Amino acid sequence: MVTLIEDVPATMQVVYQRPESLSCVSTHYCPGCTHGIAHRLLAEALDELGLRDRTILVAPVGCSVFAYNYFEVDGCEAAHGRAPAMATGLKRVQPDRIVVTYQGDGDLVSIGAAEILHAAARGENITTIFVNNAVYGMTGGQMAPTTLLGQKTTSSPFGRNVSSSGYPIRMSELLSQLDGTAYIVRRSLHDVAHIRKAKKAIVTALKAQMHGLGFSMVELLSSCPTNWGIPADQALNWIAENMLPYYPVGDYKVHPEVTTL
Amino acid sequence: MSRTLLKGNVAIAEAAVRAGLQAYFGYPITPQTELLEYLASRMVELDRVFLQAESEVAAINMVYGAACSGVRAMTSSSSPGFSLMQEGLSYIAASDVPCVVVDVMRGGPGLGNIQPSQADYFQVTRSAGHGDYHPIVLAPASVQEAIDFTTLAFELAERYRHLVILAADGQIGQMMEPAELPPMQSARETRPEWALSGANGRKKNVITSLHMQPEDEEAFNQKIQRRLAKIRQVEQRSVEYWTNDAELLVIGYGTAGRIAYTAVERAREMGMKVGLLRPQTLWPFPEERISELADEIQSCLVVEMNAGQMIEDVRLATSGQVPIEFFGRMGGMIPMPDEILNAIEASYARITRPVAHHANGVRG
Amino acid sequence: MTSGTISIDQERCKGCGLCPIVCPQHVIKIAEDQLNTKGYHPAQLIDPEHACTGCAICSLICPDVCITVFREPHRARMAAVPELSKEVI
Repeated sequence: MVTLIEDVPATMQVVYQRPESLSCVSTHYCPGCTHGIAHRLLAEALDELGLRDRTILVAPVGCSVFAYNYFEVDGCEAAHGRAPAMATGLKRVQPDRIVVTYQGDGDLVSIGAAEILHAAARGENITTIFVNNAVYGMTGGQMAPTTLLGQKTTSSPFGRNVSSSGYPIRMSELLSQLDGTAYIVRRSLHDVAHIRKAKKAIVTALKAQMHGLGFSMVELLSSCPTNWGIPADQALNWIAENMLPYYPVGDYKVHPEVTTL
Repeated sequence: MSRTLLKGNVAIAEAAVRAGLQAYFGYPITPQTELLEYLASRMVELDRVFLQAESEVAAINMVYGAACSGVRAMTSSSSPGFSLMQEGLSYIAASDVPCVVVDVMRGGPGLGNIQPSQADYFQVTRSAGHGDYHPIVLAPASVQEAIDFTTLAFELAERYRHLVILAADGQIGQMMEPAELPPMQSARETRPEWALSGANGRKKNVITSLHMQPEDEEAFNQKIQRRLAKIRQVEQRSVEYWTNDAELLVIGYGTAGRIAYTAVERAREMGMKVGLLRPQTLWPFPEERISELADEIQSCLVVEMNAGQMIEDVRLATSGQVPIEFFGRMGGMIPMPDEILNAIEASYARITRPVAHHANGVRG
Repeated sequence: MTSGTISIDQERCKGCGLCPIVCPQHVIKIAEDQLNTKGYHPAQLIDPEHACTGCAICSLICPDVCITVFREPHRARMAAVPELSKEVI
């Protein structure tokens, strides 16, 4: 039995539908990939704060390279790792626009580490949505700086080991040390309760930008069913069992004024 | 307007400001840093955007962001820094956004040194980033030209929505000489309709250099090639001296071209029929004019501050009609007029003049 | 028990199987007997007893925003973002 919208009893009201800031285009993400959830939360936040028509999205290179196709906002494509720099150029010239970078862990923690660090240190008034799924997704699941110790990937086939590739980087904790930051938190998308919290964090981060309080970033622990080689639901469990211990969810920097928003 | 004593880097910076530069992102590197230092105060005074980035890689991507906002944006660097910018330049060139980049070239390769050089000719004209495209490249030979070409660079960048590089060698950046600055243009209020500013009451704008489908990518490339063909047809620029009866044509740009002028002048005084052509655009290379002159001259001497790079374009333009000889200095060495004069004399002596015709037209 | 329902865009659905797992009423199944044009088995509401309360948890977990949620008016409020209904609206 398929309930088509027109079959719904007239008395019923819509309580949830696709946010206006999200395009109706179907995404290219793999089934169960939490990029889709992250996109939806950002779009919901933009709708609720009425920011859609003054937002500029900077997409990265990675699985979310097509992010600008999925949002009904002005968008552009940054070179791999350079979204914070491109966003800086956009924001400095148009300080009243909302500029959001959407980046994966390979993009942000690896090649773009300098750019994100300096954008944060400058207190650049932009918001970064940082999707951490512990691998390079688009290129087929290679080891990233966020890959966990022992985690097998296509470029750490024997499992990541400290002697050759060191320790995974906790970027939220790192950036929270920089005074230019206003709101640096880590959330997760591995279950509904955490998804609700992630949504609120994204709303808060955007509010921080709206009030010019400095750099804001929400790190979202995410799944990569295809490259982890496990079904979508087990991938969410994998986050809880393996990623949460190393990447604790929490608020790592909250500017006093952010709490009043 | 009156002439004032200006340092090249400062002149370029002020010319950009007067051209309505709205955002500058740069990074310190000799021999262009005075340009950045000047703008550090000047742009702030005018309430425009100035930011020293954490690297040239970041700087060019900040420029890219600003350019996507539809404002006049610029960065400047020198050879090693320019190398770091190449990926960003390629993205910019593949996004149809106007952009101006100043490259004050220095001795290379590698860390090289800070002396003036022209060893980045290939880099700026052919490989300013991956992919099939050429930036427009302007080559000033004086502080005045550096000013004029900065103004021109912004006009060309917007006319073609293309990347324009002002390729000056270290000397042009560092020297001081009297020059006249243009009047101040106001920074434009309106933004082009393609600019990213928030989809307020309009369809969203997207600026990307990504075209996954090869058919789309090829179509996009064909569009760039059509634009390049038009630029090549219309924007070739050079100046020439004593070319009406020249037997030997000296070709040199920037500082090399300027010093060659003195040598050619002396050669003329010594009775040699020598002319000088100084390319002002390195891309599009002034191949038309050189090809015309190739019909009249007997030989060509290319003078560069590198191991010989522009010489290849001269060969292409003359397509074997005349012998091409070369004189160059490398590593930041600046050729002296008498060195160039010696080369001129040697080339001139090697010219085999057509022997006077016998009565029956047989050449002796 | 208030009743609600959902409408699943079966063309957009990639059959990831997350919504059946989280649905408190267990009224969503993957339609193994159907294929959408992308070749996925889409999710399907099977709710003969009208157990669905319109809680919208399925729409929270759906990565492809395939689910529109409906609810009877007297409890109809922005279910998906209850905390927001207090703050913003």
